[in-house]
Amino acid sequence: MDFDLTDDQRLLQDSIVKLMANRYGNFDLRQAYRKHPEGFDRAVWDEYAQSGLLALPFAEEYGGFGGGGVDTMLVMDQFGKSLAVEPYLASVVLAGAVLRHGAQPAMAAEFIPMIAGGEALFALACTERASRYDLHDVSTTARRDGADYLLEGEKSVVLAGDSADYIIVSARTAGGRRELAGISLFLIDAKAEGVSRRGYATQDGLRAAEISLASVRVPADRLIGTADAGLATLERAVDEGIAAICAEAVGAMEALNALTVDYMKTRKQFGVPISSFQALQFRSVDMLIAAEQAKSMAIFAALMAGEENPAERSRAMSSAKVQVARSARFVGQNATQLHGGIGMTMEYKGGHYFKRLTMLEGLFGDADHHLRRLAQAGSLLDAA
Amino acid sequence: MDLSFSPEEVAFRDEVRSFIRDHLAPETRAKLIEGREIGKQDIVDWQKALHARGWAVPHWPVEYGGQNWSPVQEYIFLDELQMAPAPSALPFNVSMVGPVIATFGSAEQKAKFLPGTANLDIWWCQGFSEPGAGSDLAGLKTTARREGDEYIINGQKTWTTLAQYADWIFVLARTNPAAAKKQEGISFILVDMKTPGVSVRPIQLIDGGHEVNEVWFDEVRVPAENLVGQENKGWDYAKFLLGNERMGIARIGTSKQRLKRIRELAKLERFGDTQLLDQPWFREKLTAVEIELKALEITQLRVVAEARKRGKHGTPDPNSSILKIKGSEIQQATTELMMDVVGPYVMPFGASLDDEDQTNEPPIGPDYAAAAAPTYFNWRKISIYGGSNEIQHSIIAKAILGF
Repeated sequence: MDFDLTDDQRLLQDSIVKLMANRYGNFDLRQAYRKHPEGFDRAVWDEYAQSGLLALPFAEEYGGFGGGGVDTMLVMDQFGKSLAVEPYLASVVLAGAVLRHGAQPAMAAEFIPMIAGGEALFALACTERASRYDLHDVSTTARRDGADYLLEGEKSVVLAGDSADYIIVSARTAGGRRELAGISLFLIDAKAEGVSRRGYATQDGLRAAEISLASVRVPADRLIGTADAGLATLERAVDEGIAAICAEAVGAMEALNALTVDYMKTRKQFGVPISSFQALQFRSVDMLIAAEQAKSMAIFAALMAGEENPAERSRAMSSAKVQVARSARFVGQNATQLHGGIGMTMEYKGGHYFKRLTMLEGLFGDADHHLRRLAQAGSLLDAA
Repeated sequence: MDLSFSPEEVAFRDEVRSFIRDHLAPETRAKLIEGREIGKQDIVDWQKALHARGWAVPHWPVEYGGQNWSPVQEYIFLDELQMAPAPSALPFNVSMVGPVIATFGSAEQKAKFLPGTANLDIWWCQGFSEPGAGSDLAGLKTTARREGDEYIINGQKTWTTLAQYADWIFVLARTNPAAAKKQEGISFILVDMKTPGVSVRPIQLIDGGHEVNEVWFDEVRVPAENLVGQENKGWDYAKFLLGNERMGIARIGTSKQRLKRIRELAKLERFGDTQLLDQPWFREKLTAVEIELKALEITQLRVVAEARKRGKHGTPDPNSSILKIKGSEIQQATTELMMDVVGPYVMPFGASLDDEDQTNEPPIGPDYAAAAAPTYFNWRKISIYGGSNEIQHSIIAKAILGF
């Protein structure tokens, strides 16, 4: 039992801290990145690529570093603290995980190096208007047509879907809308005929897209893995996504707590710093506790992200997501309260943490969704 | 990073587990599971069994019976006791006065008290709190006046847990009323409960049980050799003692054991046409507490790992205040869930101070119902004692947030 980083992990952490201090040290920089047409600055992305961050989770044979859940946690923690806007989660974590776990060797060899080298952006389209947080709820269809598949349907709130060069789509090759079997994953070219995208800003200053697929022709070799059996890969990728955003949320909570404590020590009312008021002190202690409990579960999620047993992994992710979502809400709301009016303004950084935390709360399932899922799965205490 | 214990630690855990299985009286264990009161003999027998194995005072210096365990071993040991569940060794002896005597006591005091304290031949109680000195302990008013070779003690202590069983009491008393700071005039004195002028009056708590008392001192003459360490330095020893209380404060194992039992009992209870456990609302409430407990378990392990790094004699980690706050909240949440389980049978009141009121009549309702409400009421104490949760907030505000 230990919580120490390996030497390699410490180096990784140091390098990303340095990189983010340089690229995000001033909050105005972030707001400037967002004004780029893609919602982020390619120069920052290229620096991620050069420093190896984009290659982190991939096998060495594809140009990667073979990093695990803890490595991703260290990166996402710093992204959370910096309020990073680049599509790391979409491209490297989510799409990357689908390809790592689902792609046949030829496909992996062709596409993973593109992610790892930063040559192309990928996104994962696994949500639909009716599906809410259920990955198996898929109405989009993929119909066999000669050597190809024809994809038809609508995908919702695809993270970084507007800037992606390739989109991984879940589509039904068999079965009814909510059946577990019959789901397949396809890798489609974002510029293929029949793909139309409506990109937009999200509440937290990042980007997403609504994507329509109208008779999109996809060659059969762009089917990821086996037909009808894509759900397991999809769930695994989203589990890794949950572990990643738990770490990001913890990073954001810790930064927001630090910002709030600093503010309380400088802001004066009634002639004294407001940090001298016990009611306010106790509230920030509760925020600290919420962040620490979330951190414990983010560590748990990172360590369980590589778990092969899907039921165990899913229980771990659900439990982490519940704790992190609840903590995120508590910290976000109370940080805003403790800041008073300044916390309500668009120009102040604090409110942007609050917004990012609020979006992370719901991403891949909110606290209610995961509590229900875990409650149905049985006792957490019996878990390994 | 790794959450699992090493093979040696797992072997140690199994050793603890099998020791408990082989040596803990089934009746004692049953009382703890069912929330019935455990008696003096349950605790004495168990501590003697632990001491025979060398495990009553593992955290003491080795020369007085300590085991030189790592913080991880200490955690595993306490967690296993709590999960069994087994009584803990008497905290007043093993976590409080024992380490104080071992660290600050005279050679004579060590020889006279430590063996019996470890083996629970001497039952200690804690004379700290007073009617006017709770969270502000240094405001205590009990006095010890030096006369020749004796101290003469006058005053009143309260919330004295299990004083009705105690042979000795360790008392904080004011020896220098003129000291500039109220912390500076306090001494730490050992008093035989049989000394003339010591009287114990029971306080009944809202659950009906008798676990705390008032202890009165009326011109109690104590040999001066019963002063621990230096006169007027008692506050330092008290702080040292309270710092020793930390390990196991979250009582994760206790909450684990209770949540498992709640899950079992919720299968026995009917709700409409199903088991209570099959009700989604109940499962979600239960699961929500399990998640908090899982998070706290990992937070606890983080604190233990930090203690291992810092060495055992570092200053108390202010993060253990987080363990106290969340640990007490979770323990209290389990008592609420247990009331949910028993439903209407939470109502019958069965406890009484007076022995003649005890009857052999069968329990009213299911046998597990009787303890639900008393435990709920009684366990409100957990967020009050050992430094109230508000005091813990103040510790974190100062030591971690720098307010």
